[in-house]
Amino acid sequence: MKTYDEINKKIESKKAVVLNAEEIIDYVEKKGIETAAKEVDVVTTATFGPMCSSGCFLNFGHSKPKIRITEAWLDDVPVYSGVAAVDVFLGATQLRYNDPANMYYPGDFKFGGGHVIEKLVAGESVQLFGLSYGTDDYPRKEVRTWFTINDLNQAIMVNPRNCYQNYNVAINCSDKPVYSYLGKLKPNMTNATFCSAGQLSPLLNDPLYKTIGIGTRVWLAGAHGHVYAEGTQHSPVCERGENNVPTEGAGTLALTGDMKRMKKEFVRGVSFIGYGVSVALGIGIPIPVLNKDILRHTLIKDRDIFAPVVDYSSDYPNATGNIITKVSYEELRRGTITIEGKEVEVGSLSSYNKALKISEILKDEIKRGDFLISQPIQSLQLDKQMTSLKIINGTKQDINNL
Amino acid sequence: MITKKYFLYFPRSETEKPLVYHLVKDYDLVINIFRAKVTPDEEGYLILDITGTEENIAQGIAYIKTLNVTVNETVRGLRWDEDKCVSCTNCIVHCPTKALYIADQKTKRIAFDEEKCIECLSCVKNCPFNACTSVF
Ligand code: SF4
Ligand code: SF4
Repeated sequence: MKTYDEINKKIESKKAVVLNAEEIIDYVEKKGIETAAKEVDVVTTATFGPMCSSGCFLNFGHSKPKIRITEAWLDDVPVYSGVAAVDVFLGATQLRYNDPANMYYPGDFKFGGGHVIEKLVAGESVQLFGLSYGTDDYPRKEVRTWFTINDLNQAIMVNPRNCYQNYNVAINCSDKPVYSYLGKLKPNMTNATFCSAGQLSPLLNDPLYKTIGIGTRVWLAGAHGHVYAEGTQHSPVCERGENNVPTEGAGTLALTGDMKRMKKEFVRGVSFIGYGVSVALGIGIPIPVLNKDILRHTLIKDRDIFAPVVDYSSDYPNATGNIITKVSYEELRRGTITIEGKEVEVGSLSSYNKALKISEILKDEIKRGDFLISQPIQSLQLDKQMTSLKIINGTKQDINNL
Repeated sequence: MITKKYFLYFPRSETEKPLVYHLVKDYDLVINIFRAKVTPDEEGYLILDITGTEENIAQGIAYIKTLNVTVNETVRGLRWDEDKCVSCTNCIVHCPTKALYIADQKTKRIAFDEEKCIECLSCVKNCPFNACTSVF
């Protein structure tokens, strides 16, 4: 048994024993769980992949004379300006103004919010165009200028949903191609796509949220950020298998961090043919080995983690909840799965390569004493399920009479 | 008989010569065109395999060069940018020749074997990270 304080003292004195979620598996096999729980202080987990529910608040500072921005575009990508005068929110999936989208199907979606976020983190110049109706105290009606992230007062990433605990494997059972946020799915179950770091993934190594909670310090694309809330669609009540690991989406995290401290390698705009734009992020989360139980959960292997295979031509869009089968991450990572007797090629949208790299970077930072762990100020809820949107037709009168 | 892959660049003025015809007829070469962009009054590109005897290929290439066409044996029409590639593996199922492949099973690192690339451009459409681009 260890406490957060004890582990942090070891980190500060550069004596912490840190392994990533892949290495810990062999380590425990060799040393046994009792010894390992005493010796190891922290297990690092990580993931890298598209995370659509991401964005950032930016503050430009005031121009002379002042403007209270009511509409704005960054490199022609619309931003939300329904906040204070020179604050805006830039969302990852926002398309560039005038993008033909899927008008010439399937669209290319070359540029959008995620790409602007990438440019900002890379230190590149971005154009601001803002409009206003003008007021007595904010008389300027238009602003057009260039800036980099260094010119901003704040650039704070605020992501309502990252780090999905587990995820669907997408497949297409129809006879036409399907273009999705999991890439192009060829007809007749020719390929399948998944998106998870599996045995390295943060919430798969802490399936019951014993150490990852609100307030947990995380490595967000190089910055030291934290979990600020449960993620949107956090839905921990679900089917769980070995070691309480969910076999469907389940938990999510809302993360925030200072974009000025992020590294461009881990913040990447993405374009999905026929679907849209987004951003891919690299995230690392340390799991303090407080006791045997927590350590045991980090021993999960790809072969014991299962994901649902879902038909994105009909079951997914129609929200039927049907799944075709479940497959393990071991099979997925091998590159082929067998569905209904058919060999199906597998690709991925998340990068295990980058996740591994992040787990190593975080490990080094902790070993050097540069990254301290933090105790959550509040646990994530465990008794919650996602609700769907009810479509109610009729007038307000009808609703009042319901 | 040998086969060689060439990348030809035509300056604006040279796009109207029946070059392939001469290669076939005068030098007895077998031509397999992968990809071409040849528009009158614009510069053009042609990527092709040339099969024949070493001597005939050399003579054919010498002929093309007299037309002011830039002949390149190393340049490819498809560029894979290693720094932009995140090794997600999404392209693997879309690349028909496995020119994009997993070079290291343990770390899932992706690499590009340009010899195998047939310039189908499927990866250009399917790489979410813009790591694959076409020169023309
Ligand atoms: S899809 Fe693009 S980023 Fe992903 S592995 Fe292929 S080339 Fe690299
Ligand atoms: S152009 Fe076609 S053959 Fe060449 S790497 Fe891309 S997908 Fe593969």
